[in-house]
Amino acid sequence: MNKKKYDNEMKLEIMSKSSNEAFARITVSAFASQLDPTIEELSDIKTAVSEIVTNSIIHAYDTSDEIIKIHSMIEDNSITIEISDTGKGIEDIELARKPLYTTKAELERSGMGFTIVETFMDELKIESILGLGTKITMKKIIHNCEENNLESES
Amino acid sequence: MEKVEYKMYKILKESYMKIDFNEKDKLLKLKIDDEIDHHRAESLRRVADYEIQRRNPKKVILDFNNVFFMDSAGIGMVIGRYKTASMIGAKLEMINVKENIKKIFEMTGILKIIPIIEEECNE
Repeated sequence: MNKKKYDNEMKLEIMSKSSNEAFARITVSAFASQLDPTIEELSDIKTAVSEIVTNSIIHAYDTSDEIIKIHSMIEDNSITIEISDTGKGIEDIELARKPLYTTKAELERSGMGFTIVETFMDELKIESILGLGTKITMKKIIHNCEENNLESES
Repeated sequence: MEKVEYKMYKILKESYMKIDFNEKDKLLKLKIDDEIDHHRAESLRRVADYEIQRRNPKKVILDFNNVFFMDSAGIGMVIGRYKTASMIGAKLEMINVKENIKKIFEMTGILKIIPIIEEECNE
């Protein structure tokens, strides 16, 4: 058997349909809830997942029959969420991170997605290769749960 | 019923927005009854634009009392409605915005042009 890498782990694959945005954020927040986060922390996670999944749906893919992978890990008092697609990739990551920058203004996109994720999460890593896809890794530390972890140590 | 009207009627029935128009004060209140993300923003924006253009109000109020989740799609949705309202010379205001959603609006600075008006939520 492999050595345990994380305290808990889950993987989810969804089609790139916009109706799955709600499903993805609710599923990840349900998984995160075992860390006993505050309502605010949970809301931050939900918003961040929603932003990244929406990015994959709008920017990475042209059709709604592609796959978006979500991999989430819990370790001590933090949750790490990896969201990856095999779409177009981001041309200029620095530019994409800039507040109010958007390539889809006609869809009323505000260009605030990455800025919101950066503000709401403790870490954000963007990896992207043109033509191959994008992987977003974000981490949130839950400040609420030291006691819970002590209990499950046994 | 005209074809366009019927199509709008269908969208209206399926969208999560309650419309309340005060003829006397020319006040249009749009109460959103749903989470706002990229998926839902589309129908909200169509219904809102349709109502704003049709009623020709002096003021449009977006009521967020029943909105418990919103991501950046909501920013675009609100700015878009501000544009629609401005075109006919109407003001846009928001009421009953929850803290977690206010936080998102505060990041963008749009509250300077689209204010959140404090009002007790009258159910």
